[in-house]
Amino acid sequence: MSMSERGLNDYLPVATLLRMLAVLLLILAPHASHLPVWESALIVALLSWRGMAARRQWRMPPRILRAALVFAALGGVYASFGHVSGQTAGTALLCLMAALKLVELRERRDVMVMVFLMYFLLITHFFYSQEIWTAIYLLASCVAITALLIECQHLGALSPRQTLRKAGVMVAQALPLMLMMFILFPRIPGPLWGLPSDAGAAARSGLSDSMSPGDIAALIQSDAVAFRVRFEGAAPPPDQRYWRGPVFDHFDGRTWKHGWTPPRALSADAVRYEGAAVRYELTLEPTRMPWLLALDLPQARDLPPDSQLDDDGELLARHPVNERVRYTLTSYPHYLLEPELDVRERERLTSLPKGRDPRAVALARGWKAQGLSDPAIVATALQMIRRQNFVYTLRPPALGTDSIDEFLFDTRRGFCEHYSSSFTFLMRAAGIPARVVTGYLGGELNELGGYYIVSQSDAHAWSEVWYGGSWHRVDPTAAVAPERVERGLDAAIGSGEGLPAYLARRTAWRDAVKLRWDWLNARWNGLVLGYGPELQQRFLERFGLDDLRSMILALTVLLTTSMSIVGLLLLRRAAPARSADRALREWQRLQHRLAARGYVQRGDEGPRDFVARVLGERPDWRAPLQTAADLYLQTRYLQAPDAGLLTALQQAVRAARLPA
Amino acid sequence: MRLWLIAKMLLHPLRWAQDRIDAWVMARVKRQPGPIAIPRGRVYIVPTRFGYVFAFMLLVMLLGAMNYSNSMAFLLSFLLAGIGLLCMHHTHANLANLQLRAGVISPVFAGDTAHVEIRIDNPSAQQRLSIGLSWPRQDVSMTAMADIAALQGETRSLPLPAARRGWLRAGVFSVSTEYPLGLFHAWTWAELDIATLVFPRPATPGRVPPGSAGQGSLEASNRVGQDEFSGLRSYQRGDTARAIHWKSLPKSPQPMVKQFQETLDQDLWLEWNTLAHLDHEARLSQLTRWVLDADTLHRRYGLRLPGTVIAPGQGEAHRFQCLKALALFDA
Repeated sequence: MSMSERGLNDYLPVATLLRMLAVLLLILAPHASHLPVWESALIVALLSWRGMAARRQWRMPPRILRAALVFAALGGVYASFGHVSGQTAGTALLCLMAALKLVELRERRDVMVMVFLMYFLLITHFFYSQEIWTAIYLLASCVAITALLIECQHLGALSPRQTLRKAGVMVAQALPLMLMMFILFPRIPGPLWGLPSDAGAAARSGLSDSMSPGDIAALIQSDAVAFRVRFEGAAPPPDQRYWRGPVFDHFDGRTWKHGWTPPRALSADAVRYEGAAVRYELTLEPTRMPWLLALDLPQARDLPPDSQLDDDGELLARHPVNERVRYTLTSYPHYLLEPELDVRERERLTSLPKGRDPRAVALARGWKAQGLSDPAIVATALQMIRRQNFVYTLRPPALGTDSIDEFLFDTRRGFCEHYSSSFTFLMRAAGIPARVVTGYLGGELNELGGYYIVSQSDAHAWSEVWYGGSWHRVDPTAAVAPERVERGLDAAIGSGEGLPAYLARRTAWRDAVKLRWDWLNARWNGLVLGYGPELQQRFLERFGLDDLRSMILALTVLLTTSMSIVGLLLLRRAAPARSADRALREWQRLQHRLAARGYVQRGDEGPRDFVARVLGERPDWRAPLQTAADLYLQTRYLQAPDAGLLTALQQAVRAARLPA
Repeated sequence: MRLWLIAKMLLHPLRWAQDRIDAWVMARVKRQPGPIAIPRGRVYIVPTRFGYVFAFMLLVMLLGAMNYSNSMAFLLSFLLAGIGLLCMHHTHANLANLQLRAGVISPVFAGDTAHVEIRIDNPSAQQRLSIGLSWPRQDVSMTAMADIAALQGETRSLPLPAARRGWLRAGVFSVSTEYPLGLFHAWTWAELDIATLVFPRPATPGRVPPGSAGQGSLEASNRVGQDEFSGLRSYQRGDTARAIHWKSLPKSPQPMVKQFQETLDQDLWLEWNTLAHLDHEARLSQLTRWVLDADTLHRRYGLRLPGTVIAPGQGEAHRFQCLKALALFDA
């Protein structure tokens, strides 16, 4: 026997090491997008060096150099992030430590540590993305890492086919267990110890807390989903699908912002709802902002938890929306908001930056001087936009200091933020309280899922003006491009006006694929990612599992049962194989029976000698034993044994009872 | 001693418990002629150190998943938990139903190492990988590893130090495996009826058998006309002083004379009695050395021990017979 057959404490075969490097690369690669460039480069360098070192038998660096590398890595991460904890910095550190572990890795046991590190690294991906493809990535990575772990339990390299197969079988067998635990493991709401400030998915495009010319046009370029809505009953008509987001009441000449007043809850008597209610369920993608989108205007009495409707009509969550949230709302497209405006409010809502945009100010004051009523001024302004040759475009020319003047009188080319901003400006100049509302307009029906998709490309800005004891929604964009409201952006924007490529490329086939994919994503989000305490409770109640005890009991019973089934299957495969030789099988049956009585055939004994020895000790067994043994010898050594002989043997063995 | 045990109990409760369990189980291992089939009920299984690390890692992952309410993290934690649980069954099944048989074991001289061959047969259609054979409480690196293909067998040998002459029993050994994931250690104890002879340790060469005394080495005595001691008789006038058996003089009323028979063959008698000045074991060692030397020189030789006389002979069987007599000699 060679020494290599002893123990598992040996050095790694080069093949195993290279495979480990490949798996490590698979695990680290998706992190490249959120690691600093120097770190990605260092990791690749360490991996390549370790591969070369294994092939060329280089020495490992001395301990002092390794320690220096670890400290340098810590320092580097600190320098890049300003801290070494938190989600991003913590992940960066973990990735680097995994790569640095390579420098001292040489024994099989080190690979075990590495494998555990890789399993752990796998989880960090899901703090960045939980889309459908990550599930496939999870399974593939698990199989690859487990195959590596299997290889560690064997002396000498195993073939990758063999280890991957075994790992695949184990992962496949573990899938039902995973599902059982996923469904039945009791979920506890809320974070256990608080989330790091950078938790959640990477920042996405979306509405922001201010609006400057070009902001919304930039947002339109993204085809990401903003939220999905499922209406209970019929959907409201397109001209009522205004999704209310941030409201801006302060203008500095260029940018609309939120005023300095802290948001106050809307008092119950400040709003009167009219007409039919629309009830819907909205699933909002994370925005990192506190605004919860709602159909204009939500019912204040029936709001999602931890949220309030403020006096601007914004629905605000207490914390920024860092994860996908789902809430149910009731909205009234017709309402009377704020019947009274006090003097200070009026003043605030008509204030304009001093000395800016003189031409626009003069125009509005002229209307006022003509003695026009507030609604008449609104109509006049809209008429102006409609009549004069304004162009609705995604490629507006750049504007200078007096942006409103330049837009209204010179360029006349702009996107919704230009129109809403200028219109609001004109109203304020005419002494009418006005503000800018941003949000989304429209939504695309996904017939497969029966819900509406509202994308970033549906982002919109409009105006609200106050007269006659209520706020009134006025969409100046509708004046220049009525198709925008009815048929969406791609119908409203003329060719050559900068329609985003994904909208310009639309075909029926593409749309169908996109809608199906979105439906799949929505299901995934709803059933898998949204499976938390509430959904679990709702789902399990159907099976009568409504408390913690019954959940745990059901989980235990199911796990034990399925584990036993797998265990039995494995043991069956491990059981002695049935021989294809029927005669031999009969003889083995007899041997078994004799072995139970303490008579075991020795390696140097043939059947004849063995039986003779047994009969020597137990002459009383002669009758049953001798017949069976003779028949077996005949089937074995006779030139042409016939089927009758085999049957006789079978009967003889069956009849061979051995009295005690 | 007692204090040490209490300290061990407190410091390593797991190891202490493990030792107790092992002791209990090992006391119940029956010595069997073989083959021994490993029944699934006799496969013991505990998590390894890595198994505990794995469990701890899963706990941390699960807490992370709960904290972030991250469904994919939950899925990963549960998938790994499932794999870990299943690993137990896979490891268990990797060992169950293997068959153990005694292989060849050759006699050795005391002080040498015997190699106990054990054959592991896999009667199932499932390949078994990384099956380890070892003595109890042996370092991991001393475990003999084997892969056994479906319906095949593999033989591995375990080194067994032979300290003293006589019969050497192989004793209880363990068959174990941690395949496929190394999270669990499955093992069983077995004792096959394996024993081997341990011959006395040969003395250092140099001393010449007294039968050839005065004629130099064994080689030099290789000629006709050798005296062979045949017994004692009463002193008669004319006997040389050299022939008087001085040793028996105080005990007997009259002097005895050693009687030599002139033999014509080359038979060499190796005698216990000629080594009176040595202690028991040293005598046996010396005789062993002479047996080996005589055998190397293809001499015919006989062995005379108290209570045992082996007539002169030659060859492998004869040598074995002599060595066996020496190994089992019980004065």
